[in-house]
Amino acid sequence: MLVACGLESLEELFAHLPEAVRLKRPLDLPRGVSEYEIVDYFRRRGEENAAGYASFLGAGVYAHYRPVLVDTVVARGEFLTSYTPYQAEISQGTLTSIFEFQTMICQLTSMDVANASMYDGSTALAEAALMAARLTGRNGLVVARNVHPEYREVLKTYAKNQDMPLTEFGYDPETGAADLAGLEREINDRTAAVIVQSPNFFGVVEDVDRAAAIARRSGALLVMAFTEAVSLGILNPPAADIVAGELQSFAISPSFGGPFAGIIATREKFARQMPGRLVGETTDTHGNRAFCLTLATREQHIRREKATSNICTNQALIALMATVFMSVYGKQGLRELAGQNLAKAHYLAGKLQPRFTGPFFNEFVVSTGRRSPDEINHVLLGERIIGGLPLARFYPELPDTMLLCATEMSRREDMDKLAGAF
Amino acid sequence: MDPQNYRYTKEHEWVHVEGDTGTVGITDHAQHELGDIVYVDFKYGRETLKPGQHVEQGKPIGSVESVKAVSDIYSPISGDVIETNGALADTPEKLNADPYGEAWLLKIRLSNPAEIENLLSAADYQSYIGAEK
Amino acid sequence: MSIQKVRSHISPNEALLFERSSPGKKAYQLPELDVPPVDPATALGASHVRAEIEGFPEVSEVEVIRHFTRLSTWNYAIDHGMYPLGSCTMKYNPRVNELVARIEGLAWAHPYQPESLSQGALEIMARLESALLEITGMDAVTLQPAAGAHGELTGILLIRALLEQRGNPRKKILIPDSAHGTNPATAAIAGYQVENIRSSEHGLLDLVALEQSVTEDVAALMITNPNTLGVFESCIIEAAAVLHRKGALLYMDGANMNALVGIARPGDFGADVMHLNLHKTFSTPHGGGGPGGGPVAVKKHLEPFLPVPRLKRNGEGWALDYARPQSIGKVRAFYGNFGVLVRALAYIMAHGGNGLRAATADAVLNANYIRKKLEPYFDLPYTLPNMHEAVFSDERQARQGVRTGDIAKRLIDYGFHPYTVSFPLIVHGAMMIEPTETESKLELDQFIDAMISIAGEVEAEPGMVRTAPHSTRTSRVDEVKAARKPVLKWTPASP
Repeated sequence: MLVACGLESLEELFAHLPEAVRLKRPLDLPRGVSEYEIVDYFRRRGEENAAGYASFLGAGVYAHYRPVLVDTVVARGEFLTSYTPYQAEISQGTLTSIFEFQTMICQLTSMDVANASMYDGSTALAEAALMAARLTGRNGLVVARNVHPEYREVLKTYAKNQDMPLTEFGYDPETGAADLAGLEREINDRTAAVIVQSPNFFGVVEDVDRAAAIARRSGALLVMAFTEAVSLGILNPPAADIVAGELQSFAISPSFGGPFAGIIATREKFARQMPGRLVGETTDTHGNRAFCLTLATREQHIRREKATSNICTNQALIALMATVFMSVYGKQGLRELAGQNLAKAHYLAGKLQPRFTGPFFNEFVVSTGRRSPDEINHVLLGERIIGGLPLARFYPELPDTMLLCATEMSRREDMDKLAGAF
Repeated sequence: MDPQNYRYTKEHEWVHVEGDTGTVGITDHAQHELGDIVYVDFKYGRETLKPGQHVEQGKPIGSVESVKAVSDIYSPISGDVIETNGALADTPEKLNADPYGEAWLLKIRLSNPAEIENLLSAADYQSYIGAEK
Repeated sequence: MSIQKVRSHISPNEALLFERSSPGKKAYQLPELDVPPVDPATALGASHVRAEIEGFPEVSEVEVIRHFTRLSTWNYAIDHGMYPLGSCTMKYNPRVNELVARIEGLAWAHPYQPESLSQGALEIMARLESALLEITGMDAVTLQPAAGAHGELTGILLIRALLEQRGNPRKKILIPDSAHGTNPATAAIAGYQVENIRSSEHGLLDLVALEQSVTEDVAALMITNPNTLGVFESCIIEAAAVLHRKGALLYMDGANMNALVGIARPGDFGADVMHLNLHKTFSTPHGGGGPGGGPVAVKKHLEPFLPVPRLKRNGEGWALDYARPQSIGKVRAFYGNFGVLVRALAYIMAHGGNGLRAATADAVLNANYIRKKLEPYFDLPYTLPNMHEAVFSDERQARQGVRTGDIAKRLIDYGFHPYTVSFPLIVHGAMMIEPTETESKLELDQFIDAMISIAGEVEAEPGMVRTAPHSTRTSRVDEVKAARKPVLKWTPASP
């Protein structure tokens, strides 16, 4: 090959580079190791990492059982090692499954159109806010304080650079729900979007329809976020304008925070302002049904600086995991799964003192009473149980509380032990 | 052939003035460069372009999309919008078939007829696109 | 071995899940509840309880497996063969990476679990950070961004934060006309105006144009190096100096790092900030379009602004440091695409320093071999030495009415995925080819023979090339119809 290129050594390939840029020593990295050594290294790291503990953490990342079929499907090289489906004729597998994904998300959220996934729920929410600004021609954001704290931080990062003033409104200290009187005070005729989360960070189900009515009266859009997708199996989808959510609950490993898959779903009339990839149905030259990426003129590779977003990668493989999960559970299964989550969490709450009176799905806040959250969690670790999230770090006004989550994977005996530690 | 009695811009729009009304569209060259047209968007600033809206010569009034490209449209003249061509919403492909006739984009009541003098004649436009190649 | 066009293979038909669905079919079984059931209407309030999920499918386990297996057979993938896609770096996705990412303690780790029980995860992140710093020659790195474009946004926000601290965030970002679309889109989202810089006649950054363009209003230049023609920007050190003299910064888009690892380091040639694409250079799988990973590496002066949290030493172990008052905040929830980071580290460990450098050399050799072999048949618009990718144009074939898109589609009939079509924009009818180090001479020769055969077909039967592909499950897909009348979900009325 070198001969064909007219060269005598590999080094000559780089001879044209300026001397000053060349790295003149080997990379200072350990030598390459064998497959066994790699597996061993990561196995040891896994052991240092709470393997085998029961966990009652939620707060945006949920422990749900991952059906075996999910990894069976995504392990197939045709899905795992394929590229973005720009060449439709040899990507019908990916395109078809994304079309099904888009459909199921619409069905779950009662929206007209959903995209082929965003990086995660937090960036999906930020992009939804930008989308609302484009649609309304306004730039203000009004956000409930009981939206996930990290989601709000991401919103702030994105909003700041788009010159979008962001104000927050509080929550009712009794119910834990967003304080809609506070919303009325903050909203004005520059507000592009009102942003609420349901179930909210405290696990409480919000009255999104009422918030939506307030938004619409001011000409703003209602953006609803969700972090616990399983809740859609049982909760009535509210009449939002844009839904931005996280699908991690649908067979996506918690994996220390990522990769996940966010979605944006919206009404038909807003479709052209959606960021991210969209798959559409069409035909080939013989009239057979086929699918392809469409409305690409919104995207960065065509629209460049006028694009609806800079996003290029979506989370195709992760979305596929969610699609398989949704297929396995199906219409009845998702409902039954949600019902089990509801039962488990309410059982646990029945043994403790929920801090808020609002209705909740599978998460709730408890006051820890005589012991501090850290003390309780320390005791629980001794039983190989990870307790709830102490809320003081995000809500200093809730010092002796923790956020607990129970899912279909939570066992009664662990819940009894948890309650016993209070 | 580009109609001789129309006037043209370097951004590939045409205007046909009759009395104080100007009918505006995109040229055959433009539709050919874009390929199969899929969507037409009428926008002035952030708002959808509506009858009565005043537009200025040279300002963007929307865009035309094909599968692989987008082109902004700039108004060749100043004035108030009389109407936009509603038929294009359902059948944008008309822009490929008949860019000078059936697929006009909008009609404007001229506020400054002298502006027409700034525009290119059909011959000048032909030379311009010839040079571009 | 003589060139073979693909032979047809039976590919089962398969309807959509919704069309296979019927009430009562199920693929799941939940355990018996060990706690009392709860009535949803009582617990949540009747108005919050939904009716059934209308249209949601009900299928059996066998149907799920058959459905997705059949769908998978309609896809091309790296496991099938080469993807000559320029700037995508479609290299082999090592399977050991999939195994280690699924290790229970790593896959089930919750980002809020106690730090004392997360040392394994934090150690992995720390080790990856250290490796990436050595590879890039930079001073600090964040693993938080989820993909390349996300990394670009993070990088530009870091620049803005630094300039703001210095008193003036400035208004413009300079971007070469050869740049990938994410660059200007990112600049716009970060609140900057985009100013395009024309390339020189050789397709490189024009230093004179740069000197004229860098004013006190310019925050940064975004550059890809090697550029999107696969050519190293030889004036990069001078370009960095020009920018720095005027108080502007150099952002390097690391999409083409596969040409540089072990050979040259952006930190050594003047970059202030750059992003990496783990799903390109570091072998993490594309998975049909994601996930990816877009770490951002910076020089010291940008370090205080990095997203929170950062890793810091805590005795023998690691901790997450949130006490960073100058940070730009968070660009996404939690810490990054950890599962992707695991895979990238496994790749680096497998290669080691020497292995990474050898991979780079192979990647560059492969691209040069293809260039040399195809030069007699396809037009080469820029003739400077290329690195890991080569760009041709369809100039010659266009005379027969055949364009780059057609040739790309015909390549499918030979069993290959198309190269990158019509990009970069500065080449009319571009054909961008990047083989990566994964491909052996056998595979490259097959690709080269296919391209030469197609060049012959263009002369002899151009009509057949224009209507390719002829061997795929679907013939050419009507993208125009899809855009004119978008149908973005299945409805019962759909055919």
